[in-house]
Amino acid sequence: MADLYGLLAEFDGPDELLKAAKAAYRAGYRKMDAFSPMPIHDLSESMGYDKHRVPTIVLICALIGACSGFGLQYWISAIDYPLNVGGRPLLSWPSFIPVTFELGVLFSAFGALIGMLILNGLPRPYHPVFNVPDFERASGDGFFFCIEAEDPQFDVSETRAFLEGLNPKKVDDVEP
Amino acid sequence: MATQSFDHPFVNHIQQRGLLIGAAAAVLSGIGAFANPQQFFQSYLVGYMYWLVISLGCLGLLMLHHLVSGRWGFVIRRLLESGARTLWLMVVLFIPIAFLGMHHLYEWTHAEVVARDPILTFKKPYLNEAGFYGRAVVYFALWLLWMFLLTKWSRQQDETGDPGLKSRMINMSGPGIPMFILTVTFASTDWVMSLEPHWFSTIYGLIFVVGGALGAMALCILWVIKLRDVEVYREVDAFRYLTDLGTLMFAFTCLWAYVSFSQFLITWSGNLAEEAPWYIRRSHGGWQYIGTALILFHFIVPFFLLLQRAIKRRAALMLVIAFFMLFMRYVDLYYFIAPAFGHGGSGGLHPHWLDLAVLVGIGGLWLGFFAMQLRGVPLMPLHDPRMAETFAGEGH
Repeated sequence: MADLYGLLAEFDGPDELLKAAKAAYRAGYRKMDAFSPMPIHDLSESMGYDKHRVPTIVLICALIGACSGFGLQYWISAIDYPLNVGGRPLLSWPSFIPVTFELGVLFSAFGALIGMLILNGLPRPYHPVFNVPDFERASGDGFFFCIEAEDPQFDVSETRAFLEGLNPKKVDDVEP
Repeated sequence: MATQSFDHPFVNHIQQRGLLIGAAAAVLSGIGAFANPQQFFQSYLVGYMYWLVISLGCLGLLMLHHLVSGRWGFVIRRLLESGARTLWLMVVLFIPIAFLGMHHLYEWTHAEVVARDPILTFKKPYLNEAGFYGRAVVYFALWLLWMFLLTKWSRQQDETGDPGLKSRMINMSGPGIPMFILTVTFASTDWVMSLEPHWFSTIYGLIFVVGGALGAMALCILWVIKLRDVEVYREVDAFRYLTDLGTLMFAFTCLWAYVSFSQFLITWSGNLAEEAPWYIRRSHGGWQYIGTALILFHFIVPFFLLLQRAIKRRAALMLVIAFFMLFMRYVDLYYFIAPAFGHGGSGGLHPHWLDLAVLVGIGGLWLGFFAMQLRGVPLMPLHDPRMAETFAGEGH
């Protein structure tokens, strides 16, 4: 069925949600997502999201920032406008360190924010799960778990039976 | 429920071996003291300061834990308390410096040197023997008072479960932090900075505060890894907090680099005749390699290692890193203190076997005393009301 985004199950609490996510991963589902009003320890890891790419982006940005900070000062004070300050050498690296450090921090902060937004696709004004009437409670007291139709193992009746077997409050179809 | 008293073969092992090896190395150092008293007291000061700074780091982190009460703090509270209680030992071990070694170590204790030197004459109202003794009494009295009350209340809390003790420990720790930073600043000025009495640096005390916190954290990581199979640690899954402890060690490594570099940058920018010689002395005769090694191995290498969560989760690697940081703490203190003695007039780097003998001697006693404090009390606090809040609401 191409006109279905997936199936959304609602659970009683964080422990049930975590159990459902683990069971779905064990059953071989991969295209899935969990929605909860608060962070739940180990939840994303239990669904196989254990690769964190933001730290790598932050590290690369930090190194670029630090190098540009140092390079900028070197270029200004040794090449473009050489200035004799108290008889010190033009490449007086100790005095370059604070700006190098600060630019490294600035670039990594940008990298963390922008990298996070690019990877998680936010801000996102529309998402199919919003079609489920009760979903707004995901920011209040609702714990939801969604298996997407794109998953190769997805089959409407089988997946529904699988979710029902996890003892949810209810299972809804999600319109695309 | 957790077992009341705590007994672990590793702790017993460390206690016996520590006291035995410590005593043997102390006897060896004593023989060295007769052969070469000058060298003995120089080595003694480095070894003593190394372990004292770790004791103080434990006290500082203990107060920090009471103020912020994170989960990591409950896991290592007993380790920090035992570390702080070694201050009793450090009071005794201060006697050789104060009563026997003073004239060997500090040139400002020689009246004829002071009389010839206008700067030392000017500093005499502060830098004199009576002041040195008086201030040392004040520092130790304050450290022991805070250590005594905080550990006493913590044990009372285990026994009686009185919830009021929690606020007492918090209220004690609040003023404790400024007291701690001020006394450590003054003590490091008196005992170490005054080895080169013309020189001064206002961030010096903070370098000792941060270095102490770093050393204490590395020591706690070693112990948590070694004791991770203990029942109470398994109950709270103490191993999970290794990541937090590793992150704190990372933070203190960065802070150490920050304060150490600040001191260098200020001195380097000022380029004044009273300040610059401290670094000039430390950039010749072999010391330049020690300085470079500090930048590389006390900061850059641990920085990139501890940046990675995968490493902070692996006990075997963290064991090596924590041990290595404790070694680099010694290198840092050696670089701070030893060049002041200007070995044999050359001022070069001349390690002596007594350096090692004293370090092991005091270290063995320190660890033995530490293990003794750790035994017989529960490894995790039993009735701290904050623990229920912090460890609740955890997905497993």
